[in-house]
Amino acid sequence: MLNLLKEAVLKGDMTEAAELTSQALEDGVSPGEILSDGLIATMDIVGQEFESGIRFIPEMLVSAEAMKSAMEILRPQLIASGIESRGKVVIGTVEGDLHDIGKDLVATMLEGAGYDIVDLGVEVTAGQFVEAVQKHSPDVVAMSALLTTTMVFMPGVIQALQDAGLRDSVRVVIGGAPVTRDYAEEIGADGYADDAPTAVALVKSLT
Amino acid sequence: MAITDRDHFVYGRCPNPVECGHGLTIGGGSVVPEINFTLPPMEIAESTWPEVRRQYSEMIGSVLERAIQLEVPQLLVEFETLPGMTHRPAWGLEIVRLLADALARAHTEHGLKCALRFTPNDIRESSRPPLMRRGEHWEAMNEIFSGAGHAGADMISIESTGGKEIHDKALLHADLKGIVYALGVLAYRDMAFLWSHLVGECKRQSILPAGDTACGFANTAMVLADRGMIPRSLAAIVRVATVPRSLVAYLEGATGPSKDCAYEGPYLKAMAGIPISMEGKSCACAHLSPVGNVAQAVCDAWSNESVQNIQLLSGKAPVVSMEHLAYDCRLMNTASAEDGGALRLSRWLAESDAPLDVQAYVLHPEVVLRLCERIVEGVTPYEQTIIAVQESIEEMIRAVDDNAVQLPEREVDWLNRLRVAAAALPAKEEAMIDQMIEAGSYADVYRPSEYGLQGA
Repeated sequence: MLNLLKEAVLKGDMTEAAELTSQALEDGVSPGEILSDGLIATMDIVGQEFESGIRFIPEMLVSAEAMKSAMEILRPQLIASGIESRGKVVIGTVEGDLHDIGKDLVATMLEGAGYDIVDLGVEVTAGQFVEAVQKHSPDVVAMSALLTTTMVFMPGVIQALQDAGLRDSVRVVIGGAPVTRDYAEEIGADGYADDAPTAVALVKSLT
Repeated sequence: MAITDRDHFVYGRCPNPVECGHGLTIGGGSVVPEINFTLPPMEIAESTWPEVRRQYSEMIGSVLERAIQLEVPQLLVEFETLPGMTHRPAWGLEIVRLLADALARAHTEHGLKCALRFTPNDIRESSRPPLMRRGEHWEAMNEIFSGAGHAGADMISIESTGGKEIHDKALLHADLKGIVYALGVLAYRDMAFLWSHLVGECKRQSILPAGDTACGFANTAMVLADRGMIPRSLAAIVRVATVPRSLVAYLEGATGPSKDCAYEGPYLKAMAGIPISMEGKSCACAHLSPVGNVAQAVCDAWSNESVQNIQLLSGKAPVVSMEHLAYDCRLMNTASAEDGGALRLSRWLAESDAPLDVQAYVLHPEVVLRLCERIVEGVTPYEQTIIAVQESIEEMIRAVDDNAVQLPEREVDWLNRLRVAAAALPAKEEAMIDQMIEAGSYADVYRPSEYGLQGA
């Protein structure tokens, strides 16, 4: 059954993925097993196939959507079983920056990897990041910037988290075209990723 | 069609050249370098504003000094604001004045023929879903438009974003129907609204309404394709599909030069006869591309897109860009002086890139002319967009079959899938609108009424 579910997610069949998830639950497969062996493992394959040039982003997204439809069936069962998500990520594009393609991709891929996502959108101020951390208690804060004149707001967010006494409770990761690993180190971020699959691997390594 | 013959489709010359600024002519026989520069990583705020001004003073001063040393006869300078400078129009206009004064001095003291292109940001997408025709962001844009000429700008351009809120999503899903809806329904409506306004504003100020760019659409696709995120064939289709949308500015009265990052420029030049600015290998400082040479083949101004004011071994990066552009233009203009020289060099520029990537192939001047002839058969921008999509696919399939362009195997499969999707597109615009609105497609990211459409 899980193999069929994997196939459905790989080919991005939302209806089949949802039906097979229901069927697996009816057959007595545990929600945790469906999540880890059926869905997250498949999305790992999808990410690897993108990294190795087998898949394009549209092909990744249909798989992510198939997983999402399966998760709608699975989520109540996971909650009932006391199984928690892999972690929570607050994500946003920093102040003054309207670019969101990269941020959206990272959010989608993280969701596919089993994380709960709080997407703050674009032009997110340091205060809004702090507020979201206070409200949602995430494991990770992820920031994106596409302009050299907006990446400079990233250290301000880290400082604001520090000032609010929240810095030690979250890991901070950054990304975006002008951002580099060196810059991440310079501003005291916990990690840097230059594309969505790398961001997923990074968040996994930090949570 | 303003140009139908490849022999007359070359760089430096167009049917409708423009005169502007301090004695500058674009499209009148020689290619003009267009230099653009931007700040190094730094915050734009009240406290940093003196440093922002100093940076721009340094950039324009050093660029003009190098241009004069290299005996550049004509120069176009572009100032593209950073978002904070459009949100606060007085800041953007202050930099315009600073640059315009420097150009005026260079003209007076050194005889440099020059002009200033001013490109404010389209900040309407700061609202989500965007408010396209009202609200504080539109008002700030209007304030900056209305002060441009007085501050010293010689022309206005913009990278407008109508329809982009849907296009971004559709692109990532390779949703051809969404892409066509964004470009062929929403974007052209917004272009008509925006450019009728801008043309009137420019007339009032006696400056040029230069033109728009589909950068936010097709260059986003190009960069995603370059990073292996979407198929190159999809990016090539999007490039051609943006043509009817960008053409709207010229139908509304824009004169050119088109904006440098509008790689759809060759199509606009062939159709509207306007001078075009282009960028290619010269803009690797800003972004990479597979069209470094072919983009140059029919340009009238040759640009570096933008470069940060950072130190390189030889000097500051804007000076390095100025030198690149100066030598590129010197070579092109020297070739033009020989009988048939411009056409010969233009062919080399096109043929050195076109067989290697479908995105370069659709910019080959011969392909451009063939596709333009088909696109103009459409009566409305929507019909033209459908033709652009379907014909660019057929053109690419023929070229792949004839080994005129290479395409990886997995992309051939994609091209065939896109061909099927293109064939299923609604032929009539009304049907497309009805289907998209009734299905609620992308309903959470845009407001139909902002494009003059009725909601569901």
